[in-house]
Amino acid sequence: MIKFDAVSKRYPGGQEALSQISFQLAQGELAFLTGHSGAGKSTLLKLIMLMERASSGQVFVNGQNLNRLSRRQLPFFRRNIGLVFQDHQLLFDRSVFENVALPLQVAGYDSRDAARRVRAALDKVGLLQKENQNPIRLSGGEQQRVGIARAVVNKPALLLADEPTGNLDPQLSAEIMRLFEEFNRVGVSMLIASHDLSLIASLEHRILSLEKGRMIRGATETSAGDL
Amino acid sequence: MASGKHRDNIKQQSKAAAKKSGNSIASRISNSFRNHQQVAVDSLDRLLASISGTLMIWIMIAIAMALPLFLLLFLQNLQQFGSDLDEASQISVFMNTTTEMPRLEQLRDELLGRSEIQNVEIISAETALQEFQASSGFGDILSGLDENPLPPVLLVTPLAQDAAVLQPLLASLQDYPEVDEVQFDLDWLQRLYGILNLAQRLTYMIGLLLALGVALVVGNTIKLAIENRRDEIVVVKLVGGTDAYVSRPFLYTGLWYGAGGGLIACVLILLAQLILQGPVSRLAGLYEGEFALVGLGISGFFMVLLLSAMLGWFGAWLSVLRHLRAIEPG
Ligand SMILES: Nc1ncnc2c1ncn2[C@@H]1O[C@H](COP(=O)(O)OP(=O)(O)OP(=O)(O)O)[C@@H](O)[C@H]1O
Ligand SMILES: [Mg+2]
Repeated sequence: MIKFDAVSKRYPGGQEALSQISFQLAQGELAFLTGHSGAGKSTLLKLIMLMERASSGQVFVNGQNLNRLSRRQLPFFRRNIGLVFQDHQLLFDRSVFENVALPLQVAGYDSRDAARRVRAALDKVGLLQKENQNPIRLSGGEQQRVGIARAVVNKPALLLADEPTGNLDPQLSAEIMRLFEEFNRVGVSMLIASHDLSLIASLEHRILSLEKGRMIRGATETSAGDL
Repeated sequence: MASGKHRDNIKQQSKAAAKKSGNSIASRISNSFRNHQQVAVDSLDRLLASISGTLMIWIMIAIAMALPLFLLLFLQNLQQFGSDLDEASQISVFMNTTTEMPRLEQLRDELLGRSEIQNVEIISAETALQEFQASSGFGDILSGLDENPLPPVLLVTPLAQDAAVLQPLLASLQDYPEVDEVQFDLDWLQRLYGILNLAQRLTYMIGLLLALGVALVVGNTIKLAIENRRDEIVVVKLVGGTDAYVSRPFLYTGLWYGAGGGLIACVLILLAQLILQGPVSRLAGLYEGEFALVGLGISGFFMVLLLSAMLGWFGAWLSVLRHLRAIEPG
């Protein structure tokens, strides 16, 4: 699903945020990405989303070489990837329903089909009864689940999450992780950045560790799912 | 077991993909049409929700649109007024005092045969004298003279009014040996036309500059709107919104700014026309003229509306091109 081949990223005017990263994530696999603050976790996810481009090396997603993806193709590429942020990035000028519907609207689904899918996604994260509320009035955990519903609403093959539990207490964090595992069980590939080591150690998935831009652990492991 | 799960995943994904691409072209077109419609309504709603700011921009655009239109209509009215005067204008051909009546009649018939001449009237020296005596009040002095000092005159009414025809006509009249002087009061009219022409060009230039101003005002307003909705733009781009999708609300906003301003401009012009109609027709009455003000008319109204809507769209497009593409997630 994801393949990094000797990828380095240097920000303009900065030191190397990632150096010589090589690893693969199999289809349907769930892996955690961990490391100290500034290790390069967000940078790695941004390379996959094409929010940044690699300085050298090659990134493949679903067999597609991202170096060869044009600006014009970018939106269509992104529609296949769900993205969950630490700060959820919800829009407070519209309801929960409309927030979740955004990816479908953008892709031109007709509104009846979209409504059905939005309700299904909200149902899965347990927020169906709050669809008409403004997300600003929801708790942190609920906001995060709305963000997840938005990320999965158009059934992407790949889901990326950057510190999805960063602002949540341990119990809520565990709940969110269970939600991710549920989606993974129906076949969604996932890469979740987190520095909540105790939480991710308790879950039995592959762990990729970054340190100062280098991958020091997990790069060559094969996943539990592929065994 | 693991490979079985893997295969399931692939099956599931290809099913999902089939469903997505299963959107037929027809349904995609109708969806895109519905999106346009919805975005158009939404962006109008947004403008109406902050009506005081919107009104200010509308009025600014209206003034910028109305000003050159006022000038153009004013010039058009002057021109029409001038052409009313034109019709009355005749060429006075003063003959030598020695020219006799038979020769005058002969000349008249000759001139009437020419295509650019509509009518020729003979005013004999005697008639001229009588008219002069009647109108000037110098009758007594003139009757004291033993010889009539006034020449006979041919009053020539030309068919066309434009200089290209008149100039050679005047020259050819001057060429007759019996003709003393050809007088034609078109000079001032021609000067007026020259000035009107110049004024019209000037107005077009002012209009062009003001149109540019409208586009810039809209562009700047759109720039602020883009900055205000930065977060939204980033999120929409991350979930796969195309540039066209992201720009659409702003382009429609520009369109509404322009259309609203154009509408107000038309209302302003209509009001001015209503206010001026009375005094103008009274003035025309003094000159025994029948004079109706030239207004915008229905087609002019739609032209102004269309033009200003397009200007708004154009301004927004410039702004979108400059500012929206620069907003990228990351
Ligand atoms: N836009 C940027 N411009 C310049 N340098 C950047 C930029 N973004 C990140 N960096 C640098 O790249 C390095 C990696 O940053 P990154 O955000 O990937 O770390 P992280 O592992 O996500 O950290 P955290 O756990 O704090 O989120 C850091 O040294 C950071 O300062
Ligand atoms: Mg980070």
